[in-house]
Amino acid sequence: MTDKFLIATMLLSPLIGFLINGLLVNYNNKSYLRSGIVATVAAAISFLAAATLFLKLLGVSAPEVVKAHFFEWINVGQFKANAAFVVDHISGIMILIITGVGTLIHLYSIGYMSHDEKPAKYFSYLNLFLFNMLILVLGDNLLLLFVGWEGVGLCSYLLIGFWFTDSEKAKAGMKAFVVNRIGDAGFILGLFLIFILFKTVEFEELAKLTYAPELGWGLLTFATMFLFIGATGKSAQIPLYVWLPDAMAGPTPVSALIHAATMVTAGVYMIVRLNFMFMATPNTMMLIATIGALTAVFAASIGLFQNDIKKILAYSTVSQLGYMFLGVGVGAFKAGMFHLMTHAFFKALMFLGAGSVIHGMHEEQDVRKMGGLSKKMPITYLTFLFGWLAIIGTPLFSGFFSKDEILWKTFASPMGSKFLWFLGVLGAALTAFYMTRLMALTFWGKSRVDKSVHVHESPIVMTLPLVILAVLSLIGGWVGIPEVIGHIFSIPNGWEHWLSKQVVDAAAHGSHLEEWLTMATSVILAGCSAYCAYFIYTKKADALEKLKNQYGKIYNIISNKYYIDELYQKTIVVPLVLLSKWFWSFVDVKIVDRTTYLLADIVRGAGSSLRLMVNGNVQQYALYIVAGMVAVLVVILTR
Amino acid sequence: MQDQKGAHTMLHVGLNHYLVLSGVLFSIGVLGVLLRKNALIILMSIELMLNAVNLSFVAFSKYAQNMDGQIMVFFVMTIAAAEAAVGLAIAVAVFKRFKEVNIAHFENLKG
Repeated sequence: MTDKFLIATMLLSPLIGFLINGLLVNYNNKSYLRSGIVATVAAAISFLAAATLFLKLLGVSAPEVVKAHFFEWINVGQFKANAAFVVDHISGIMILIITGVGTLIHLYSIGYMSHDEKPAKYFSYLNLFLFNMLILVLGDNLLLLFVGWEGVGLCSYLLIGFWFTDSEKAKAGMKAFVVNRIGDAGFILGLFLIFILFKTVEFEELAKLTYAPELGWGLLTFATMFLFIGATGKSAQIPLYVWLPDAMAGPTPVSALIHAATMVTAGVYMIVRLNFMFMATPNTMMLIATIGALTAVFAASIGLFQNDIKKILAYSTVSQLGYMFLGVGVGAFKAGMFHLMTHAFFKALMFLGAGSVIHGMHEEQDVRKMGGLSKKMPITYLTFLFGWLAIIGTPLFSGFFSKDEILWKTFASPMGSKFLWFLGVLGAALTAFYMTRLMALTFWGKSRVDKSVHVHESPIVMTLPLVILAVLSLIGGWVGIPEVIGHIFSIPNGWEHWLSKQVVDAAAHGSHLEEWLTMATSVILAGCSAYCAYFIYTKKADALEKLKNQYGKIYNIISNKYYIDELYQKTIVVPLVLLSKWFWSFVDVKIVDRTTYLLADIVRGAGSSLRLMVNGNVQQYALYIVAGMVAVLVVILTR
Repeated sequence: MQDQKGAHTMLHVGLNHYLVLSGVLFSIGVLGVLLRKNALIILMSIELMLNAVNLSFVAFSKYAQNMDGQIMVFFVMTIAAAEAAVGLAIAVAVFKRFKEVNIAHFENLKG
């Protein structure tokens, strides 16, 4: 099979699934099984194609990249963009994650959406998302990446507002869309600047053209900063993270696929893809690392006192994305990508686990009304346990390797600093706390479930993806065991080697001893913090109340998410609405409308005075003819 | 324009005479069309204008020793006959409706 055929299959299979479910199946058809199977098979075919392509890259005499040029898309003046797709060592990882995790989530959705009114619509959106996400990661130029970027944004909007009859959920969809527009405006500006600078938007060309580090504040720095603004929107970083927690209004599998595993990591992917360009602009890199570290701590602290199981996971996602940006910001692109992958496994697992809990509890999302679910939902519990161990950084689990790699690089890289490392470790401790709290409130301790709710374990279509993802959460990190541990057992760091063809990291300097110490620090801190949470939330509920009373003010501020939403509402949304109203009631009504009315009046006035001449009196018309004739005669004769 | 033969005989009618007569007839026709209210009179005035033009055609034809003008007159007469037939038919129709052929009634013809 040719490369072109494989890439086309991978891309078109979800698109065809989308068309079948979107156009051929009746809108109100409730047969979830049929549309679910169509969508899942489409995703699975895509995964098989992706895996075949990936295997091609793995071989001994493997090509560095697999390319497929389909057609010339835009060719205007100097501007050229092709519909061409590239599978290389970066996008190879991405397509495996997208189609692999995607297929599992499609499968899971069959169970989760079994009671829904419009499953065909849901599955068609999900397939469309896969298609757009693949375009995003495979496109060989920035413009094609942007097409996918917008496409996934659209699908995200449609799926967040999937239950749009609830106006809160419809609003959440709009919020996500509008906030993302702000970021996308930045992305477009960055794209324009890059075209002005290099006269091309193709990655391969750009990699050749990017010159030596631009140390000051040149155009390239602005270009990368604009691109990063785009990334803060799509990947929910400070200050544009506010849409992601609200995005939890969508169905839970959507949260797992779009708002945890794939779409929100697009910003990280984009930066890794353009790593040569970002490495040339240290000012931008510093900003990225700082924003990443701050987001990691900030979002984790909000996660401490949330009560909605999905909101906790949402803030956790924002926080983990912060780690990825911290990683790429200090020049550890490989570590950032590594965390992207492991996070896709364990966070998708936890979201699906949460979905299983919500499904089993009959749409209950408040963790205060759960507790003691470990006996009633054993498979969900065990798999969730794997996710929990991975995210808090338990040694041997995937999260441990990727997070510690980022923290170590932050410590040792010349672009990182001890302060950023400290923030990272603090974030890790907070993560361990809120995740343990989530476990304690949901699965451990005494049951606080309402007697009328009959809790049940989910069907096998839902638990099977959980089990697979749990295994991946454990072993997913073993491909990138750091050299400091690996050399003892003589295991090479496959990950570093794999990405080194397309990604150049900043060189990290540090001794093995330092690396062991930083690793131990974060593990011990996270362990202590997890134990505290376990102790407080399972044994000492009354102590918690005391603490709440003592530090009521701080508790209020944090549990109200630092009033950031309210702040944005007051400083941005309300003035913007007022300004728009002024534009409507003054500029539009009084200036624009009146000008057009005036023009209309002038024309109508002129018309009505001219109309008097055309009154149906034939003799008058004849008089005009004669008058004209006389005028012509006069002109000719007096010349 | 000077007629060379005009010097020999007083009664010789030259081109200028024809043209002046034609102009006078045409002007009478125009005034008739503009001022009279009776549709029949207006139709007659139009005939007058057409014939004034015919006269000048014939005069020029004679003057230039060229038959083109006279042939043109046949065309004009044919058209005039057709036009008169149509105009009179409308006038008859208007008369049936309003019991007079005042030009003002023609206003009612507009859609």
